[in-house]
Amino acid sequence: MKNLEEVLKKNKLTVDEYNNILTIMGREPNALEMSIFSSMWSEHCSYKSSKKYLNGFPTKAPWVIQGPGENAGVIDIGDGMAAVFKMESHNHPSFIEPYQGAATGVGGILRDVFTMGARPVANMNSLRFGNITNNDKISKHQRYLVRGVVAGIGDYGNCMGVPTIGGETFFDESYNGNILVNAFTLGLAKSDEIFYGKAEGIGNPVVYVGSKTGRDGLGGAVMASDSFTEENKSLRPTVQVGDPFAEKLLLEACLELFKQDYIVGIQDMGAAGLTSSSFEMAGRSGSGMIMHLDRVPAREEGMEPFEFMLSESQERMLICAKKGYEHKVLEIFHKWDLDAEVIGEVTNSGNMELFWHGKRVADIPVQPISEAAPIYDRPVREPAYLKKIAVINCDDFESVTNQDAFIKLVSSVEVVDKAWIYEQYDSMVQTNTIKAPGSLDASVIRVKQNGKALAMSSDCNPRYNYIDPKNGAAAAVMESGRNVAMSGARPLAITDCLNYGNPENPEIMWQFAQGCYGIKEACAALHTPVVSGNVSLYNETNGVGVFPTPAIVMVGLNEDANKVLPSAFVNDGASIYLVGETKSDFGGSLYMKELFDAVGGKLACIDYAKELKLWNLVIEANRAGLLSSAKDVNVGGIAIALAKMSAKSGKGVTCKLSLDNTRDIFAESFSRALVEVRDENDFETLAKEVGIKVEKIGTIGGKSFTCNDVSMDIEQLQDIYFNRFMQVIEQDL
Amino acid sequence: MKVAVIVFPGTNCEMDTKYACEKLGANVSLVFHKEDKLPSDIRLVILPGGFSYGDYLRSAAIAKFSPIMQDVIRFANEGGNVLGICNGFQMLLEMQLLPGAMKRNANVHFISKFHHLKVINTANKFLHLFKENDILNIPIAHGEGNYFIDEAGLRDLYANDQVLLQYVDAQGRISNPNGSLDSIACICNKERNVFGLMPHPERAIEELLGSSDGVDMLRGLLA
Repeated sequence: MKNLEEVLKKNKLTVDEYNNILTIMGREPNALEMSIFSSMWSEHCSYKSSKKYLNGFPTKAPWVIQGPGENAGVIDIGDGMAAVFKMESHNHPSFIEPYQGAATGVGGILRDVFTMGARPVANMNSLRFGNITNNDKISKHQRYLVRGVVAGIGDYGNCMGVPTIGGETFFDESYNGNILVNAFTLGLAKSDEIFYGKAEGIGNPVVYVGSKTGRDGLGGAVMASDSFTEENKSLRPTVQVGDPFAEKLLLEACLELFKQDYIVGIQDMGAAGLTSSSFEMAGRSGSGMIMHLDRVPAREEGMEPFEFMLSESQERMLICAKKGYEHKVLEIFHKWDLDAEVIGEVTNSGNMELFWHGKRVADIPVQPISEAAPIYDRPVREPAYLKKIAVINCDDFESVTNQDAFIKLVSSVEVVDKAWIYEQYDSMVQTNTIKAPGSLDASVIRVKQNGKALAMSSDCNPRYNYIDPKNGAAAAVMESGRNVAMSGARPLAITDCLNYGNPENPEIMWQFAQGCYGIKEACAALHTPVVSGNVSLYNETNGVGVFPTPAIVMVGLNEDANKVLPSAFVNDGASIYLVGETKSDFGGSLYMKELFDAVGGKLACIDYAKELKLWNLVIEANRAGLLSSAKDVNVGGIAIALAKMSAKSGKGVTCKLSLDNTRDIFAESFSRALVEVRDENDFETLAKEVGIKVEKIGTIGGKSFTCNDVSMDIEQLQDIYFNRFMQVIEQDL
Repeated sequence: MKVAVIVFPGTNCEMDTKYACEKLGANVSLVFHKEDKLPSDIRLVILPGGFSYGDYLRSAAIAKFSPIMQDVIRFANEGGNVLGICNGFQMLLEMQLLPGAMKRNANVHFISKFHHLKVINTANKFLHLFKENDILNIPIAHGEGNYFIDEAGLRDLYANDQVLLQYVDAQGRISNPNGSLDSIACICNKERNVFGLMPHPERAIEELLGSSDGVDMLRGLLA
């Protein structure tokens, strides 16, 4: 091949990968074939750096119907119903173009779920931005990104009629050059009516449905597999443009189609568009496929074969229909005013054969490209920074009174209510939302079909992951499970979105590997398998990577929708108990960050057995009607958890704890919760049976918030809690 | 009672509306916008919430061209009860079955939250089960709910008891989420058979989800 070096650079392929291509093809590939290999073997599509560590995730349990490898994971929720869910990143596009990047992230994850035959019933999102509080260029730009991302997520989900019921946000300088936008969707289906992304049965027609193909998003998967530098800042054309209205029509048409027995398989066209959907569908079934690219509905004239194959135009699906039913399929999509064309058929050649006006323009063996994609064993090295920051201690800094510390922490943008964000999301459409965003801890919807409730929570503390990549990831699994348990639901399974920096840097690769070990260990110990997920690498700008951010969403089931536990105070005069043990744990704490601008120290100890006991206690006590509310203790410790329960309910509280060190009311030891108890004797008895420490620490009531030597009027507390975020985010408007 | 809920491309509250009406004992047909006739014996037509045609041009601006709308207009003109919720309210304005127009929310954002409403007038089928000055708590979820009408039109609305609900706080003081003129949340036509409101009564029929204040609104029309 002429200019081989240049061609490989353009396609982001290595010489070794090129030699592998020559072996697979038995000849030199043409330019179209090269671009297909480039997309399929991009980090984004092939997971070539991460696969080694993802293998071996716990993925099985009696309630798991479908684990990783499909468009989304599926779990059994009883009475013939299944929950279908996944989380995915849209980090790079959202940094380049926040509104469209975030909107199409939502669109993509929705398609992943409804392509499996499920109606999406809940969206969540996990967002990380840089510093938004200062009055400088960086913070101004970050605030612009927040506004764009939130509007993009809202406009897409709202139009689709899928409620956005929760999520999490985090702000830290480490995201100044790379924001993270992770979108989660959960859908409901009948457990025996799940559809898969397969294409089999010789002669079965391949049908293209949805929006027309345009030139948007060309090479998006390859773009997302690179870090940002000064040179590639103008990547806007690689970001797709979303059309939620088209997706809403596509959703309704697909769900109408799924009621019939017309198709073999279906898959959405996400990253690498027609290329990945066709290769993956044929690859899963060991089939070959013919596609006539000139039959693909086009948005503009003069498009070329490679553009049809690589476009990431949104709102499109590929279907393998049953022979003889293709016209029935077309009829449904035409009813919804969508394009639908038969563009090819399934063969037994084992090859993907692409035609352009009758001429064969590409011929690639399917199995090797999708199943035998390269797997790297990239070098790993423990990062040098870890030893340096491990010794950081609160005593290194000038001491701060608890009252001053409380005011600082409770005003932190990490702590305060995010109504400014979540009120832009329709959180109540579909009339199932029991715990809406802002309710604290997990979000909960009821399932109309069986009277149960699904709880879900998205969590990850990037500071913990920075100081301890393995246990930080494990802590994210624990926290998401704890939040779910606080609503009275039993945690069942997770989906993850693993956001890390550049895998070609051995220290980053080490962080990633450790994160995977942590998730594996935690999921196995807590009996919550991984059923789906996504990896986003190269979150790095000019050599600076983001904090390791393995975002976890735990999904759990509450057997009775009428027994969902709130997380804010309910009854004046009721007693508050602390469950679990508090030590002087300040590693990666909000306290250290807000007061001393430091991220360091040693992470609190992880004890899975204790964590499970905590979950069991709250779930059992709630089932027995012993509790009125429950909230986990995390960033900012007991003082901040209590303050949130107080602010949210408008009820005062007085708490007194004896601790080793006065500042320990802000300590972040794991496996703790605050519960409002209705029946104290029975609760204490149950705690003894479960074998976990509980301690009555105070009483709800009055007009002020008091926790040891900290106090504040409820009115002032609520003013900070509910108004601070808007003051920060709208300061330049 | 037979109720027709019209489904436009982009409608997304049809199932919620059906669920709510059925829970209150109605017999609900979903009618696709490409139909040109309402089913027989329909006693109430509901134009539900959503984003008809994506609301890309102006909210509800395209829906009025759907085939079924001619029959909805006929039904309304013959005195049939029509309720427009959210996007459906916007349609009624676009079709001039109700007076006035909608602008983008004053803060430019989509707003989704529970909001209190005050009952202004009960001399109509929709609110006859309430008392004047009742305070209700019902979800809103819209980007263009900033109601506007000229001065003469506003005078007419009040003169004919057509202003039915106002946005207020829990104590009944005016609290305006979207910039609506006079904080207006719900109006009806002069003949009091066509009703439009931005809040979603169908989302407020169960305490489990936070409120059942919408029950008596729907029941008022279903009785």
